[in-house]
Amino acid sequence: MPKPSIRTFLRSKISAYVLAFAFFTIALFAGISIGTIHVPVRDIAFLLSHHFFGTSLNGVDPSFDNIVWQIRFPRVLLAGLVGASLAVAGAAFQGLLRNPLADPYTLGVSSGASVGAVMVLFLNIQLPWLHNFTLPVVSITASILTIFIVVLFAQAIERSLKVETIILTGIIFSSFLGAVISLMIALTGEELRQIIGWLLGSVSMRGWDYIQLILPFFLIGTLLLIIHASELNAMSFGEEKAQHLGVNVRRKKLLVLIAGSILTGAAVAVSGTIGFVGLVIPHFIRLIWGPDHRHLLPLSMLAGAGFLILTDLVSRTIISPTELPIGVITSVIGAPIFAIILLRKQRKGRGTA
Amino acid sequence: MIQVEHLSGGYYGKLIVRDMSFTVQKGELFGILGPNGSGKTTLMKMMSGILLASSGEMWIKEKRLSDYTSKELAKRVAVLPQMASQAFSYSVKETVSLGRYAHQSGFFPVWREEDEQAVKQAMEQTGVALFAETSLEELSGGERQRVFLAQALAQEPEVLLLDEPTNHLDLSFQKELLDLLKKMTKETGLTVVSIFHDLNLASLYCDRLLLMEDGELHKLGIPSEVLKEEPVQHVYKTDIHQRPHPEVPKPQMSILPEKMLEDEEEVEVDGTCIRQNGEFIALDAPILLKTLSAGVTGAGWGWHRSFVNRRVDKNYWHDSYKEDMKQFLRRYGFDVNETVGMMTAVHLHTAAYRLVEVEGISVFAAVTAGVGNAVDVSRAAEHDRAFLPGTINTWVFANGHLSEEAFVQAVMTATEAKVKALIDKSVKDPLTGSQATGTSTDSVLIAATQRGTYQSFAGTITPLGQAIGKAVYECTVQALENGGIGERKK
Repeated sequence: MPKPSIRTFLRSKISAYVLAFAFFTIALFAGISIGTIHVPVRDIAFLLSHHFFGTSLNGVDPSFDNIVWQIRFPRVLLAGLVGASLAVAGAAFQGLLRNPLADPYTLGVSSGASVGAVMVLFLNIQLPWLHNFTLPVVSITASILTIFIVVLFAQAIERSLKVETIILTGIIFSSFLGAVISLMIALTGEELRQIIGWLLGSVSMRGWDYIQLILPFFLIGTLLLIIHASELNAMSFGEEKAQHLGVNVRRKKLLVLIAGSILTGAAVAVSGTIGFVGLVIPHFIRLIWGPDHRHLLPLSMLAGAGFLILTDLVSRTIISPTELPIGVITSVIGAPIFAIILLRKQRKGRGTA
Repeated sequence: MIQVEHLSGGYYGKLIVRDMSFTVQKGELFGILGPNGSGKTTLMKMMSGILLASSGEMWIKEKRLSDYTSKELAKRVAVLPQMASQAFSYSVKETVSLGRYAHQSGFFPVWREEDEQAVKQAMEQTGVALFAETSLEELSGGERQRVFLAQALAQEPEVLLLDEPTNHLDLSFQKELLDLLKKMTKETGLTVVSIFHDLNLASLYCDRLLLMEDGELHKLGIPSEVLKEEPVQHVYKTDIHQRPHPEVPKPQMSILPEKMLEDEEEVEVDGTCIRQNGEFIALDAPILLKTLSAGVTGAGWGWHRSFVNRRVDKNYWHDSYKEDMKQFLRRYGFDVNETVGMMTAVHLHTAAYRLVEVEGISVFAAVTAGVGNAVDVSRAAEHDRAFLPGTINTWVFANGHLSEEAFVQAVMTATEAKVKALIDKSVKDPLTGSQATGTSTDSVLIAATQRGTYQSFAGTITPLGQAIGKAVYECTVQALENGGIGERKK
């Protein structure tokens, strides 16, 4: 058990951001540096500075430029964006649904995105003006379509759109879409491996194009959620309480749902269904620094990004040259760590966050 | 401040509240009462804007409720629901700070000094400032309820709506909360509308009460108008007994538990219950008796089991004689709370007892009489206030069910019988030499088993009055004779 001074430091908000940012930066550099060819951190700094600010290369090995700028940096960046998106969306959904067990996939958005993606793989379609982007674009479209159907359906059940109704509707759609995916897998011959590989999630060989694809969704979604942090705080005390506090619950709820779904859909579209990040990162942050969404969201963003970069690093180096699916690693690393943290917290008698 | 006109509403097309109309003034503490399912909470939800009214109108500060935006309404009206749920362990300060939501604006709201002040003040008023950094999960239900009250107060509302605010609070915090609300209505003009389950609390604190029945207004008015036995029994469909509060001029309701068979078994108080020694005479009743007395302990109305007449020296003097009496009772194993204690200076062997029965009602009387300080009441002004020994202690035990009138009449009848005994025994006021009517320290006790036949009256010619008169008269005469008074005269 840490000393009081260390504990107060750990719990203070400034240190929270410092720690989270440090974690993210270390993960970023580690992700770029480590691999079959080792790139020194100093060289990475020069290279990034060269590309961002146009400074001279200062004698860095030109072959590194290709590795860093064309391969590793976009990959790490994508992993970071996906991790950040999932963690922020997870935090928002948990707050909105007042359930620490909710995750970005609870409402069926990811299943929708997956159905879109698997369909592209299964039918081997390539829309003429999209070429290689067919899969992510179809996938995002499918995910956004899904959340609208879920909300409309929930509204048909009950006009006031209670979160319980939304959760139930989400579960119904998740199961149904899951079944559709299973059906397509069952009917698949050749592309089985490709589909399973996509479903397990990966950020390899995506390049800058995919970053351009996810970035606008990430920015819009995250910004929308962060400016609604107070509303999320209020709504996690229940919808009626939030209304009493002055929140226009109906409108804000829809906004949060859509923003979270955009984030989830975009993340799933570019990388497949990577589990665990969206559930555990917000939970973890809440355990350490409390449930205030004004801090929870940005901290989850940093921690989620760092976490997924590190797990991606592990997935491609642990039995190199074979790459493991990143979704497997997130759970294999994340679950035991999380279990230990939970156990220790319980022993200290503070209960779940 | 609040104006409700023909308001109706409910869930899923089913009307739960029908045609409610009332107004609440600024600074008023307005209570809503009614049995379970009478629509109190539904009415409250409509008033707080959670539930839309299906017909009728409501105005808050001359503005239609439906014209308010969520934030505007939250600046005017704060709500403390019955039970607030929370899924995450926010700290107390974070929770209270959320009360400022409606006062903030912009995408990235700035926390201003006035926000901080409002939060601080709310936390201090509700006594939760102490655990500002504690997590909500670690608090008890009552503490949590106070945190949510602080949150509501941090909204700086003009109207506070509460749904059974004292539900999770213990006795002292119930009082503190209601005292605080009352104070705020008087000092800051806060308007409070609250649902109450406890009729007595509502009676004590509310300026006006609204009694609901089946979604409709049954009665509206000040507590003494609304809390009458008839409407309350009608609405709650149960036996209720109304009595005034002992200290405050407000009505209080008592529940009458259904009588068990054993509560109906007749008991009789008579001479067999008496035990006597040199220091005291005690009567141990088999059950608690309803009493009206002027004893040293157990005075006024009460329910008592033991009755003690203690002999003290004629020069007895004690600064706090009540405390001394209590210690005496404890020493002899009496329960102070269930004992009527009296003092006398006469020798206890002079005590007289009588059981008299008239038309099926029996009365047992016990009297000790010393008349060293006898007084003619008509010339009492001539007496200085010196203490002289001698006291007539009259105990009357009625084996019947007496009304309150009967108790008071019993006191009169017993007194008249005592006076007549003094006249017949020619007891004189030693100072004036005129006929004495009593002594300066007389005491009386009327006790009844409250079982058996109901006795509405105890005037001198009613059966009960006749029994009391005969028993007390004969006892007093006997006691005087035992003490050698009167015989000397013969």
